[in-house]
Amino acid sequence: MRHIISVLMENEPGALSRVVGLFSQRNFNIESLTVAPTEDSTLSRLTVTTLGSDRVIEQITKQLNKLIDVVKVVDLTEGEHIERELMMIKLKATGQMRDEIKRTADIFRGQIIDVTPTTYTVQLAGASDKLDAFIDAIGTSGIMEVVRTGVSGLSRGEKVLSL
Amino acid sequence: MELLSGAEMVVRALKDEGVEYIYGYPGGALLHIYDALFQQEDVKHILVRHEQAATHMADAYARATGKAGVSLVTSGPGATNAVTGIATAYMDSIPMVVITGQVMSHLIGEDAFQETDMIGVSRPVVKHSFSVQNPEDIPGIIKKAFHIAESGRPGPVVVDIPKDMTTPTERYPYEYPASVKLRSYNPVSRGHTGQIKKAMDMVLSAKRPVIYSGGGIVMGDASNELTELAQMLNVPVTNTLMGLGGYPGTDRQFVGMLGMHGSYEANMVMHHADLILAVGARFDDRVTNALDKFCPTAKIIHVDIDPAAISKTIKADVPIVGPAKSVLSEMVSIVKASKKQIDKEALDAWWQQIEEWRTRHGGRFRTDDSELMKPQQVIEMLSKVTNGDAYVCSDVGQHQMFAAQYYKFNKPNRWINSGGLGTMGFGLPAAMGVKLNFPDADVACVTGEGSIQMNIQELSTISQYDIPVKVICLNNQSLGMVRQWQDMNYESRHSQSYMKSLPDFIKLVEAYGHVGMKVDKYEDLEAAMQEAFSLKDRMVFMDIAVDPFEHVYPMQVPRGSMRDMWLTKTERT
Ligand SMILES: Cc1ncc(C[n+]2csc(CCOP(=O)(O)OP(=O)(O)O)c2C)c(N)n1
Ligand SMILES: [Mg+2]
Repeated sequence: MRHIISVLMENEPGALSRVVGLFSQRNFNIESLTVAPTEDSTLSRLTVTTLGSDRVIEQITKQLNKLIDVVKVVDLTEGEHIERELMMIKLKATGQMRDEIKRTADIFRGQIIDVTPTTYTVQLAGASDKLDAFIDAIGTSGIMEVVRTGVSGLSRGEKVLSL
Repeated sequence: MELLSGAEMVVRALKDEGVEYIYGYPGGALLHIYDALFQQEDVKHILVRHEQAATHMADAYARATGKAGVSLVTSGPGATNAVTGIATAYMDSIPMVVITGQVMSHLIGEDAFQETDMIGVSRPVVKHSFSVQNPEDIPGIIKKAFHIAESGRPGPVVVDIPKDMTTPTERYPYEYPASVKLRSYNPVSRGHTGQIKKAMDMVLSAKRPVIYSGGGIVMGDASNELTELAQMLNVPVTNTLMGLGGYPGTDRQFVGMLGMHGSYEANMVMHHADLILAVGARFDDRVTNALDKFCPTAKIIHVDIDPAAISKTIKADVPIVGPAKSVLSEMVSIVKASKKQIDKEALDAWWQQIEEWRTRHGGRFRTDDSELMKPQQVIEMLSKVTNGDAYVCSDVGQHQMFAAQYYKFNKPNRWINSGGLGTMGFGLPAAMGVKLNFPDADVACVTGEGSIQMNIQELSTISQYDIPVKVICLNNQSLGMVRQWQDMNYESRHSQSYMKSLPDFIKLVEAYGHVGMKVDKYEDLEAAMQEAFSLKDRMVFMDIAVDPFEHVYPMQVPRGSMRDMWLTKTERT
């Protein structure tokens, strides 16, 4: 099953490489990974999406917790949560394709953030499957470039991941 | 406050941490630190002949005392030479602080002379690592390094120090912190009482219980608590390779080591148990054999300080995260206070069954199929001559398994071997590390003619510091363990498993100023060994010719259950 694991860790040199190294060392899968500092500059928040059986996910959270730099770990998919990913996608846009892209972007609540006579760049945020659906709808032939941030997420309601 | 240079701080912090010996080898990046070492007498430095040996010496000191050993190696090749030793400690959860020199900060990343990214290279084999960025941080980092290495599930910590952090002319206020607090690291100090109660209820209801204990008992100083609990309940105890000595080896309740080369009775007990109380052990693949066939009738209670060790390979029915010592003593109190008693009748029947298994095999081996003496006989003799009281530091191979099977360890911290990584070359430096710190104890290195040559250069260190260890070399003229697998799985095609042109070990050790003894006949063994151990202040190398065709048995059948074993070359369970 797919899991979204959120990690709060010391904003120290080497901390990220320890987390990434752990995944390759123990043969854990990484689908996507994002990391950035938080409002507290001594802490970074990392989100990793991974696939694995319950046993593997249990090992991942335990092994992450063992890292000295890691302050807290939560598997967001265990409870109600919100997830978002940002995508920017550069598309060939000439002739009637321009209208077509515009319409599809509107349906997906995307924004066109860069325009040239021959291209559109669309920005889209949402759950990863929504981004996938947009790509399907557009069709691969018109796609020039795709960049995705990977998933970030948090729990719904009062529940927070903090010190 | 006192002003010290970074180099002086390193040495002072070690002194303030109570370190007596460090093991190391100098080099460019460490010159400031070596100069600071020269100008004091509290921290004594042992100059090895290869950095791997420095780490094994520090590691063995830790295994014998429970305190972190320290080694000091230079950047680049010094650091990479230390990696095997760090990995060895990591796999067996041994506390160690390894200080590595590094090139000047401004050169890092430029492929400078003797630059290696040691933080990167060591990352998968350390508990944690630090890279010093400001000289003022040195005391705090060293304090943290010891704290992390020794607490929780112990392990090696690397402290990488760029040369410009130790410049002698730049001085900073020095204060060694009395304690450390890390917001992201808080090892548990006791187990969950509810879980412990539940576990004891299960133990008291069991009909065929067994205690399976490992290195966590030895490093967690929980041997007394384990022994008390086991004896109150009258349940059988088996130890892992790492746990030997955690329960007295000559006690009736001890059924021997378990696993791949475990005793017949230990593996049978495990397979037929209805309850396994695992303490400080990790269900590793050399113990469990095939996971899907592991102990089909047993409920499992797993006590470990490391939550990640629990249910990693075998699912625990009752997980208990906590230090072995405190959890076991809570268990003892619960049993003492409990009205419920363990089922005596069931237990009697269980013991009767165990005694039958014992008589069936009981560690017997043949002596009549070879002119040469048997390696097992040598270990039995070692056990006799040293009254089962020596520190036995082993290398890796058949001799290691024979030592584990036939030396009867009655005390913890006496059996010192590389269990997890299986590092050939560990034995001699390990014995040196122990002997240096326990000068009055008998310290033996049990080795093979293959393993000993992996760190033989340390004979020179032994001369320099007078470290009179006794080397018991079971010379079977082959890489015996490899050969055994080739015999069993490759129709005896002995690909690269025997060594032509072995050195004359006697002449070799004599060249270093030590005593060599060659023993070919069993009749001569006892007297020779007595003599070796009576030479208290000499290093003695016993080159003992043993049967090259001997195999280690029992041996679990690959992909079988615990009870599927070869008992001899021709007999299977
Ligand atoms: C550094 C290292 N290289 C290779 C091995 C694989 N290995 C395990 S046992 C063994 C043979 C050891 O030979 P020896 O020391 O003579 O012991 P014996 O088995 O003959 O008693 C080898 C090569 C190892 N464990 N460590
Ligand atoms: Mg050999």
